[in-house]
Amino acid sequence: MATEGHAPTASEYVVHHLTHLNNTGHAQTSIVDFSVINLDSMFYSITIGLLTVFLLWAAARKATSGVPGRFQGIVEILVEMVADQAKGIIHSAESRKFVAPLALTVFVWIFLMNAMDLLPVDLLPRIWEGIYASAGGDPAHAYQRVVPTADLSATLGMSIGVLLLCLYYNIKIKGMSGWVHELFTAPFGSHPLLYPINFLMQMIEFLAKTVSHGMRLFGNMYAGELIFILIALLGSTATVFGMVGHVVAGTIWAIFHILIITLQAFIFMMLTLVYIGQAHEGH
Amino acid sequence: MNLNATLIAQLVVFFILAWFTMKFVWPPIVKALDERAKKIADGLAAADKAKADLALAEKKVVEELRKARESAGDVRSSAEKQASQLIDEARAEATRIIAQAREAAEAEAGAAAQRAKEALRDQVAHLAVAGAEKILRREINTQVHAELLANLKQELQ
Repeated sequence: MATEGHAPTASEYVVHHLTHLNNTGHAQTSIVDFSVINLDSMFYSITIGLLTVFLLWAAARKATSGVPGRFQGIVEILVEMVADQAKGIIHSAESRKFVAPLALTVFVWIFLMNAMDLLPVDLLPRIWEGIYASAGGDPAHAYQRVVPTADLSATLGMSIGVLLLCLYYNIKIKGMSGWVHELFTAPFGSHPLLYPINFLMQMIEFLAKTVSHGMRLFGNMYAGELIFILIALLGSTATVFGMVGHVVAGTIWAIFHILIITLQAFIFMMLTLVYIGQAHEGH
Repeated sequence: MNLNATLIAQLVVFFILAWFTMKFVWPPIVKALDERAKKIADGLAAADKAKADLALAEKKVVEELRKARESAGDVRSSAEKQASQLIDEARAEATRIIAQAREAAEAEAGAAAQRAKEALRDQVAHLAVAGAEKILRREINTQVHAELLANLKQELQ
């Protein structure tokens, strides 16, 4: 809500909030452009990622088999939850050594990134605008998006990571020839006429899994963020209705969002486990 | 919602974080959990064992008590037996000593009586000789008449 100078219109406000800070300095024009990188998403996801592993490491460093403290207790609950889920889904103990820690990281990391949504929607962008303006820039171009999971590139990056793991475990468990054989003979059966159909189905399956995996998280968080922006717009009308509406709607949506951020982090983690688990099983 | 290089960077970060967790977070926590589970299991087993030991010890105590009571009874009865035996022996000894003493006394009394009789006899003989001397008014050769006197002594017996 850049109130000083020219007040932005509602649409300018929304567009401003949905524009990433990237290395070009202006909004990305083409749909896919790998010369562009979103600095805000990278900054927040790496910062939160470091926070995640630091918190987990801090608990692990002082982990004792004696009476655990509260902090160790909560980390242990998470570890046990993830370990149980991993044990139920992935039957190879060797694979679990990597996949279970991965699932734990994914859960905590995504939960914390999602939780950025609960910060007041203008807080960090306004701080950034102040810094940008004091450095001589135009605050209208001081873009900042603080929820990395509301960035499709970030969520698809993670889901493609899971896809790579699926391919790796497919080859590791079934062998190259075994996996290729499966690609052409499953799900419909081993018949030369069915080979192309099977292969097509397999490719669609991999694509659908990966895209839906990333898109689900992105969609939920993007929509959540957008609704926070709209609620903030309601408050910006500076009427009694707008202020009351902002407080009431903002409270309700934030409380509901606690559920969504946890649920989406959990779903992402579970699907990671399920997809990697599927890579361990033949059709 | 555009795609860009953030995707690749995020993918790399994703794997680095997962690697870090696998290397430095997961093992110590799981180790602590496993160790605690083992500790608890051991503790429960120890408690069970202690309970069994206690029951065993109680049984042993009862057994020992019973044995002690039994042996105390044995000791008492044997002591009683020994005491009564000692009393019997002492009584027999006393009886024997009394009998012996009585016998000795009797023998002594008999001997004394005999001696008194002998002395009396001698005296009677002397008295008789003295009487006879007086009567006969003459000296009687005791050596000549010893046989006569002995015969007389025999008759007096």
